[in-house]
Amino acid sequence: MKSEVIDREDVRTIKLSGKITIGAGDVTMRELIHAAIDDGKKKILIDLGDVKAVDSSGIGELVAAYTTVAKNGGRLALVHLSPKINDILQVTQLVTVFDIFDDEASALASFS
Amino acid sequence: MPDTKPVNAAISITSRFENIELAERVVHDLMVSAGIGEEEIAPVIRALWEGIANAIRHGNGGDPDRRVEIEATVSPALVRVTITDQGAGFDVAAVPDPTAAENLLKPSGRGIFIMRQLMDRVEFSNLSGGGTVLLLERRLGTTQEREHHEV
Ligand SMILES: Nc1ncnc2c1ncn2[C@@H]1O[C@H](COP(=O)(O)OP(=O)(O)O)[C@@H](O)[C@H]1O
Ligand SMILES: [Mg+2]
Repeated sequence: MKSEVIDREDVRTIKLSGKITIGAGDVTMRELIHAAIDDGKKKILIDLGDVKAVDSSGIGELVAAYTTVAKNGGRLALVHLSPKINDILQVTQLVTVFDIFDDEASALASFS
Repeated sequence: MPDTKPVNAAISITSRFENIELAERVVHDLMVSAGIGEEEIAPVIRALWEGIANAIRHGNGGDPDRRVEIEATVSPALVRVTITDQGAGFDVAAVPDPTAAENLLKPSGRGIFIMRQLMDRVEFSNLSGGGTVLLLERRLGTTQEREHHEV
């Protein structure tokens, strides 16, 4: 997994790419989320548009990111889900947990 | 017409997550050689990934000296994969449902559930001398009939 961080006003977008799978950690989601919290960010958008594969442990990392942000009084949303990632969140019933957006503009608008 | 004789392959890997890709390639290429299309290969590879990750992590406890054996057989109507580790085994019936409200926010526990979505048969057996065998099967040539969501 690789990542790119973009701050717009008070929203931090974390753009992930590559594989979010067990043992595929050049960067970890944990580190990215902790860095965001340390930087005082409470609005976090994870862009999954360039993610090629996610396994159950990658899904687990997303859930952990969500709960960590919520515990720190913030909000985490997801944007640009591939049909595969969308299906995996459907069957695991996590669509009921995550705030999911099709495009960046509506995701950003939801934070303001 | 694909050949009707089953084809098979086996690979033995040490317990490192990067080795999962080696097994992936073997099973992928075996299915291609049997004339199976990518859309039917993909779910098998995803289940294989979860099964081997568990064998390495939970079965072999990440001990790189312990091995995971993978065997695959592909016939026109069925793909069967077995994944054998050198762990202590476990009671699959005791694994909680990850979609239950109290488990929804847990950071783990979704691998076996996902394998069951992808495959027609997911069975664990604990070997008497130690080790766990995971049997995965998926019928082939039925993509059109499948209506449930595939992860
Ligand atoms: N090969 C195995 N050997 C021993 N225990 C296993 C094995 N595979 C799975 N398990 C047990 O089943 C549980 C659920 O596995 P899984 O659904 O893949 O979730 P996770 O891997 O995230 O814990 C594991 O936590 C582990 O206790
Ligand atoms: Mg697992």
